Amino acid sequence: MSRLALRAVALSYLAALLVVPVAMVFHRAFEKGIGPAWDAVTTPPAQHAFFLTITIALIAVPLNAAFGVITAWLLARHDFRGKRVLDVLIDVPFAVSPVIVGLALILVWGRDGWFESTEVIFSTPGMVLATIFISLPFVVREVLPVLEEEGNEQEQAASTLGARGWQVFWRITLPTIRWGLTYGVILSTARAIGEFGAVAVVSGKIQGRTETLTLYVEDRFQSLDLTGAYAAGVVLALLGVTVLALMTLLQRRHGRI
Amino acid sequence: MCPLPASTATAGRLPGRRVRRQGVGGPLLAGGLSVAWLTLIVLIPLAAVLVRSLDGGVGAFWDAVTSAQAVAAIRLTLIVSLLVAAVNAVVGTLIAWVLVRDEFPGKRIVDGLIDLPFALPTIVAGLVLLALYGPSGPVGINVAYTRAAVVLALLFVTLPFVVRAVQPVLMGLEREAEEAADSLGAKPSTIFRRIILPALRPAMLAGVGLAFGRAVGEFGSIVLISGNLPYETEVASVLVYGQIESGNTTGAAAVSALLLFISFIVLLAISFLARRGVAR
Repeated sequence: MSRLALRAVALSYLAALLVVPVAMVFHRAFEKGIGPAWDAVTTPPAQHAFFLTITIALIAVPLNAAFGVITAWLLARHDFRGKRVLDVLIDVPFAVSPVIVGLALILVWGRDGWFESTEVIFSTPGMVLATIFISLPFVVREVLPVLEEEGNEQEQAASTLGARGWQVFWRITLPTIRWGLTYGVILSTARAIGEFGAVAVVSGKIQGRTETLTLYVEDRFQSLDLTGAYAAGVVLALLGVTVLALMTLLQRRHGRI
Repeated sequence: MCPLPASTATAGRLPGRRVRRQGVGGPLLAGGLSVAWLTLIVLIPLAAVLVRSLDGGVGAFWDAVTSAQAVAAIRLTLIVSLLVAAVNAVVGTLIAWVLVRDEFPGKRIVDGLIDLPFALPTIVAGLVLLALYGPSGPVGINVAYTRAAVVLALLFVTLPFVVRAVQPVLMGLEREAEEAADSLGAKPSTIFRRIILPALRPAMLAGVGLAFGRAVGEFGSIVLISGNLPYETEVASVLVYGQIESGNTTGAAAVSALLLFISFIVLLAISFLARRGVAR
């Protein structure tokens, strides 16, 4: 009896908060049929927003992957002063409001900023910097536990047998961390595509120039083009759901959790 | 887990010596790159916020964070975040319990759904809630532009934290103690309070801390559904956004510095609790 009651409470909470609202967005987007929804997401500004979003992710994610692998390797395989501080600092982007990230970048790169530049704020480089900031910890946090769990016996054996530093990395370390790295990259990509606040602040929201897909959703909503907003929202939701499905599938196949 | 400390202990020395001899890559280069990147991307910008917040002196900082509008926004943010953290502590634990101890068809799908708020962009989260609980929603509940909307949006985006923190602990929990207590005649509520809850507490606190931290800084999911009415539904992040838009970056920096301080405290508390959780 109480087991059933608990189940009912948990499932109703999830239904009311997650499932029904998400289903509702799909319903709203396709209310007037597939045609209008398709037209709404293929207008030139929508297409531009889509490709800008992809471009930013393609620049930010590889940079964070490189940083993530190097930093995780450093934290897992070396002891040095300030290691604990570095470990805590990695997580700072998770604790900072996206709006503050945007403000911080304006104060550094914007007018009268520390490194004043006309090329960064209200332009793609600023949006890339914002995206790198907010997705920075993912790869480190996925790769570090794998490196710690595996230990370095294989790496040591390889180097005893004469492998050079880079050979050890490519032949031993990288294959060991490949799934951790994959999860990290997937999570960073999802976060990069979905970022709103930080990018909203530094982009200036110029339609057809600095508008990403998330900004386009807000733009359509504020212009009372609800079909456009819901249709673009569905594109983003589908990207998110794909990421989720991919993660779940990989984790089940590779026995994590 | 046993060989872990030994291997990390040797790890500190061996590769370092090897790489220095070969002169390629190496911890020095890696450390330099890593710290330089972190400094350029994260630390310098955050330092700029702190410096700008004190641009007009301590007096101006104080005025900015104690203006009526700022006080209202910060108070709303903290109250709502505490409320959301508390709801998550109860409901998140309950959901984790159902996912671990209960069996029903479709359980794996429900388990996968928990991460949906992390996968969904925040602006879409706002849109999603507006579609159902907004002015033209089909259920006849309209929370748009009210404080309830802020709570709803924050509950949506913070859902996974407590569930995902508690779930693995619950899975690893030995059943013997519960069975012993049961055979000695303890009531289910007593078993929960005296045996299960103490074991879950560190994980719950860690999850609640993360949810609270996220709620304090949340922006994207709130911006569409709350209406951003000053003194009414305006949270701190929306206030900062408005100040940036109107060119008041010093005021924005002051409120941001205060929010960063709160986040910092939360982060410290989490790492303290996590360490205590490991020690147990």
